[in-house]
Amino acid sequence: MDKSLYKNIWVYVEQSKGTIEKVSLELLSEARKIADAAGEKLVGLLLGNDINAAAEAVCEMGVDEVIVVEGAEYEPYSTDAYTFAFAQLCKKYKPSVLFLGATDNGKDFAPRLACRLNTGAIADTTELYYNPETKDVEWTKPAFGGNLMATIVCDETRPQIGTIRRGVFKVAPAERKKDVAIIREEIATPEEMIRTLLKEFIAEKATEEMKIEDAEVIVAIGRGVKEQAQTAMFVELANLLGGAVAVTRPLVDNEWYTAKSQIGQSGKMVSPKLYIGCGISGAVQHTAGMCSSDVIVAINTDASAPIFGVADYAVVGDMFEVVPAFIDEIKKSRQ
Amino acid sequence: MKILVCVKQVPDTEEIKIDPVTGSLIREGVPAILNPLDACALEAAVRLKEAYGGTVTVLSMGPPQAKEALKQCVAVGADEAVLITDRAFKDADTLATSYALSMTARQLDAFDLIVCGKHTLDGETGQVGPQIAEHLDWSQVTHVMDMKVEEGKLLAVREMEEGREVVEAMLPCVVSVTKTLYKPRYPTIKSKLAAGKKEILTLSADEIENLDKERIGMAGSRTKVAKSFTAPTGQAGMIIQEETAEASGRKLAQILLEAKLV
Ligand SMILES: Cc1cc2nc3c(=O)[nH]c(=O)nc-3n(C[C@H](O)[C@H](O)[C@H](O)COP(=O)(O)OP(=O)(O)OC[C@H]3O[C@@H](n4cnc5c(N)ncnc54)[C@H](O)[C@@H]3O)c2cc1C
Ligand SMILES: Nc1ncnc2c1ncn2[C@@H]1O[C@H](COP(=O)(O)O)[C@@H](O)[C@H]1O
Repeated sequence: MDKSLYKNIWVYVEQSKGTIEKVSLELLSEARKIADAAGEKLVGLLLGNDINAAAEAVCEMGVDEVIVVEGAEYEPYSTDAYTFAFAQLCKKYKPSVLFLGATDNGKDFAPRLACRLNTGAIADTTELYYNPETKDVEWTKPAFGGNLMATIVCDETRPQIGTIRRGVFKVAPAERKKDVAIIREEIATPEEMIRTLLKEFIAEKATEEMKIEDAEVIVAIGRGVKEQAQTAMFVELANLLGGAVAVTRPLVDNEWYTAKSQIGQSGKMVSPKLYIGCGISGAVQHTAGMCSSDVIVAINTDASAPIFGVADYAVVGDMFEVVPAFIDEIKKSRQ
Repeated sequence: MKILVCVKQVPDTEEIKIDPVTGSLIREGVPAILNPLDACALEAAVRLKEAYGGTVTVLSMGPPQAKEALKQCVAVGADEAVLITDRAFKDADTLATSYALSMTARQLDAFDLIVCGKHTLDGETGQVGPQIAEHLDWSQVTHVMDMKVEEGKLLAVREMEEGREVVEAMLPCVVSVTKTLYKPRYPTIKSKLAAGKKEILTLSADEIENLDKERIGMAGSRTKVAKSFTAPTGQAGMIIQEETAEASGRKLAQILLEAKLV
């Protein structure tokens, strides 16, 4: 395969009923840098039905081009329609890279598309690097339960296709390019090709709670909390700081919290402005999900706890004494 | 219903330790286990068999030791077990793995359903299931937590980030299973003994019809691991340890207030 025939960096901008997934915006910000390093165009792709407003919003994200495919068969999502449309687009435009968010549906069709195009797919990456010499993207992902990081390349075929986890990159402000074009592609997926049908969607009970991936401040608690009643103190702290409470896996395993609150390898990736970890040892599976936070505070009685290795402020002490004093001091400052 | 379940034997990542001196992974002595989500996949398949009749076959690609994982599957309800093992399969990425598994599936039987786990503990890609579906040109449903058959179609419940989807899929279909509503069953002493005696069909690359050798193992892979390393442990920042924990708490508050972080 002649790799030089393939150009431009594509980002699949996932939307549902016109609302764009945050991870897609994160990817647009990061892919802009890669496109600049490669000297290629950044292209945003949207599929759906009635998505003009979303396409306009993508134009504001510093892209060079937007490609829009509309049709009733693209909303709601189906594996077959998305794989078909993307395969057509890739054959026509020959992009060098296709980035997708590691969302439920992104991960559903990305590997299938790569297989159809006989190219490589990389899943759940947490780091990206464009190598200017090889002109390949180097994708890094956790493996072996987070014990190991593996850097993977797709160095012989194009497009390079990969999914990136939520929360790894930040949405950066961007300027609209002067003559950004919206290209409308007519691709209809024949009905008989679509072999699945969404019959019903049962929404999770809406909760008032803030999503941890959106929180600017996170108070994370681990097994240092011995009884459920002890969590109240940390909820108070989170409320005081306008943040959310998150947890390590043992607190999901014992059913005090749901997986939605879990940070880490098998949970959510977060990068808040401030992370305060209380009674958390700092296993790699946990730190993999929070080490890109702007400022990391850790409170632990054990001075040799691994979490102190990634902390900006390491408080050695009993959190049940540290936290009330901390809360008191903050309250005083606000009076 | 003829069901095929793809299972992999993986190192128990809970048991993996990192050498504190070299920073590399200590793999010796790490037990090999049946990939936990593949146990869920098997349980889901066995429940379908119990509801609608038919057979459950388990298939694995891996080294000869993987027979142990297959026997474990036989002990909890699989009727037949197949291992494809060959040096030629080594270093396969998901594309090459899914190709080999799909060619074997074609040869073994006319299956109605292939069940995979959502992902493996070691590779953690979740790509093999969808890629088997593409090689076979079948429908696929991922993230499945429960399923049944109605009027010749599969009704699968997908566990999604924002809720649950009920998806109808035409058969044959490949599903990948996440933690199901029900736990994998345990073997009994009797079923374990019977499984120990069970003949496991072992196939080499040459024994798989029409297998294109260019599409398996390293040659058939489109991705490669350029390097691997253990997650970095950064430099510790400022240590706060006053006379009392209470004083430490106050000091932390002052520092964060000063830095306008709170
Ligand atoms: C495949 C795999 C995936 C995983 N995925 C995740 C994941 O996504 N997220 C995750 O979090 N974990 C994950 N884990 C689990 C992970 O390996 C650790 O077991 C877990 O993170 C430990 O949680 P912890 O720090 O709360 O508990 P512990 O390791 O038990 O640490 C508790 C800490 O609290 C401290 N402490 C106790 N009392 C006090 C006190 N009064 N004041 C201050 N400090 C105190 C102790 O010194 C200790 O350091 C995964 C494991 C595997 C194998
Ligand atoms: N070597 C293998 N042999 C059999 N099945 C496999 C193999 N590798 C992956 N699978 C199946 O594909 C699923 C997803 O694997 P992965 O893409 O590696 O995360 C697993 O849960 C298994 O069901």
